[in-house]
Amino acid sequence: MTKTIDAVQDQFETFQILSEDGEVVNESAMPNLSDEDLQELMRRMVYTRIWDQRAISLNRQGRLGFYAPVAGQEASMLGTHYALDKEDWILPGYRDIPQMVFHGFPLTQAFLWSRGHFQGGQIPEGVNVLMPQIIIGAQIIQAAGVGFGLKKQGKKNVCITYTGDGGASQGDFYEGLNFAGAYRANTIFVVQNNRFAISVPVEKQSAAKTIAQKAVAAGIEGIQVDGMDVLAVYAATQQARERAISGEGPTLIETLTYRYGPHTMAGDDPTRYRTKDLDNEWEKKDPLVRFRKFLEKKNLWSEEQENKVVEEAKEDIKAAIKKADGAPKQKVTDLIGFMFEDLPFNLREQLEEYTAKESK
Amino acid sequence: MAQMTMIQAITDAMRNELKSNEQVLVFGEDVGQNGGVFRATEGLQKEFGEDRVFDTPLAESGIGGLAIGLGLTGFRPVMEIQFFGFVFEVFDSVAAQMGRMRYRSGGVYTSPVTIRSPFGGGVKTPELHADSLEGLMYQTPGIKVVIPSTPYDAKGLLISAIRDNDPVVYLEHMKLYRSFRGEVPEEEYTIELGKADVKREGKDVSIITYGAMVHASLKAAEELEKEGISAEVIDLRTISPLDIETIMASVEKTGRAIVVQEAQKQAGIGAFVVAEINDRAILHLEAPVLRVTAPDTVFPYASAEDVWIPDHRDIVDKAKKVYNF
Repeated sequence: MTKTIDAVQDQFETFQILSEDGEVVNESAMPNLSDEDLQELMRRMVYTRIWDQRAISLNRQGRLGFYAPVAGQEASMLGTHYALDKEDWILPGYRDIPQMVFHGFPLTQAFLWSRGHFQGGQIPEGVNVLMPQIIIGAQIIQAAGVGFGLKKQGKKNVCITYTGDGGASQGDFYEGLNFAGAYRANTIFVVQNNRFAISVPVEKQSAAKTIAQKAVAAGIEGIQVDGMDVLAVYAATQQARERAISGEGPTLIETLTYRYGPHTMAGDDPTRYRTKDLDNEWEKKDPLVRFRKFLEKKNLWSEEQENKVVEEAKEDIKAAIKKADGAPKQKVTDLIGFMFEDLPFNLREQLEEYTAKESK
Repeated sequence: MAQMTMIQAITDAMRNELKSNEQVLVFGEDVGQNGGVFRATEGLQKEFGEDRVFDTPLAESGIGGLAIGLGLTGFRPVMEIQFFGFVFEVFDSVAAQMGRMRYRSGGVYTSPVTIRSPFGGGVKTPELHADSLEGLMYQTPGIKVVIPSTPYDAKGLLISAIRDNDPVVYLEHMKLYRSFRGEVPEEEYTIELGKADVKREGKDVSIITYGAMVHASLKAAEELEKEGISAEVIDLRTISPLDIETIMASVEKTGRAIVVQEAQKQAGIGAFVVAEINDRAILHLEAPVLRVTAPDTVFPYASAEDVWIPDHRDIVDKAKKVYNF
């Protein structure tokens, strides 16, 4: 029995293209990306790192609201996203705001979502993303449905959904993989294994050696990727997307990554459950450092370029926050209107009541 | 006009909608080849193909998520929960996801999902098949809840539910599936959600009810008639939202009311109706508004259903109590 498990688990080796020193260690797997694409990937990662720093600082000043830090996970987030088409769907978890923004969701609205303003959920027309999911795993079964819908419509598009290592313990995770497999849905499941579900280490989540191997029981493809290696993450997602749109079904991608910051800015203290040594070990694998080394060797990245992105990010964030500050004060009468297409009697009466109250 | 059982009327409504809107999809456990464990989807897969009417893996939560996802891509899902006692398995999808989709997106997205599900006591099922759990749904914002009591209502209400752009839980009382036939037009028609129906007019006491208790109430009304008490029976048909106008018009006319539900007493639809009557019609009342309900235990073992579920005698007793107050 044990031998069967070992045989399965041993097949899941971590897929890597760039070593920690930025050397190509897997030439044959190199994705077909232009120099401009490579620079754009770097630009997005730098931009997101600066945004994360600003968001943490804004949160501490009481100007942001709910925020789940992303530093460390840039390659997992932006590498998977870069493989998508504009028409593809994203069903994000609450940490996956960068993918939403690079898919067209305005930064101002991302800030409004953090602040708990209804305009933060009003996804613009043509931006195929859902609001960030709070319930761990709920988006996974929905992604099976969206991927199935795209397949039914004959679209050459996919639905990608994100969760973490903790999310892979939810019943909905297994149901989502199983449904998508049964219907050969156009779905890509990404588990960003950042090693801790708030405080609980991944080793305590499951007896399974990898999360990727959970694909096997569902009869779908699974791959474990070095989540600090943006090229490997991109290549794995790009292949998963190709498989999905050519009718070969869904893929589970596990990215091995790390969040440098706390779970969220709402009082989590990672020193209670992580050692400084572990932090240091993972910071050595940093996705930006690694990719920067790779690009510099190809003369595709310079300090000037980096500084330009840093400035651009800071300006964008400043402008977006300023715009978010201008959002209207929320009223109960606004919220009542979002409950049903036609208001039932109770809400009609309450609308009248609050209209009177709010006009005082 | 055709004579149909309630289950035939339900099938007919789905057939109508599958025909009239190609975005309509019907799915759930055993609904395809097998036509549903109660045969509610009998023949539909054969007629409309496996693309439109299909089986799902056996996982209620997954079915709910599938429905939400299909709804987002432009389909109009009609999903079945094989028995409503299994709603606990899919409660997140229904209450936390579908019911909040419009709100969370500030009106951008909806979940135009119809959730069909059998429920109701008196047919001696194993546990968690027959429970009246509509009160859970009633406390959930963003969800409409429909419970038909006749074949005619079943068809018109189901067509309306499928066409509604918000999530609708449509509960089918198992005891009513085949217990009688009624006239059902073969052509399509709709019954507006949120509209009650006066199933019997009367002037002395209002009996406000829904589901299988409509029939127990009508039987009670006949007995009361023999004793010179004229009872009006209001079938709510949609329990969320309630048809407050019809309820109040009746109570203002009779001055006396009882609310009858098969569900347990605690925090149910009956309690809400009583509160609304208090708020709106207290000065019209000649007596307190009483409730006929099941006791606050877990739904009973199959052989205890007969003593647990309220019947027409309980209704007659309570009606007399308010009449003679």
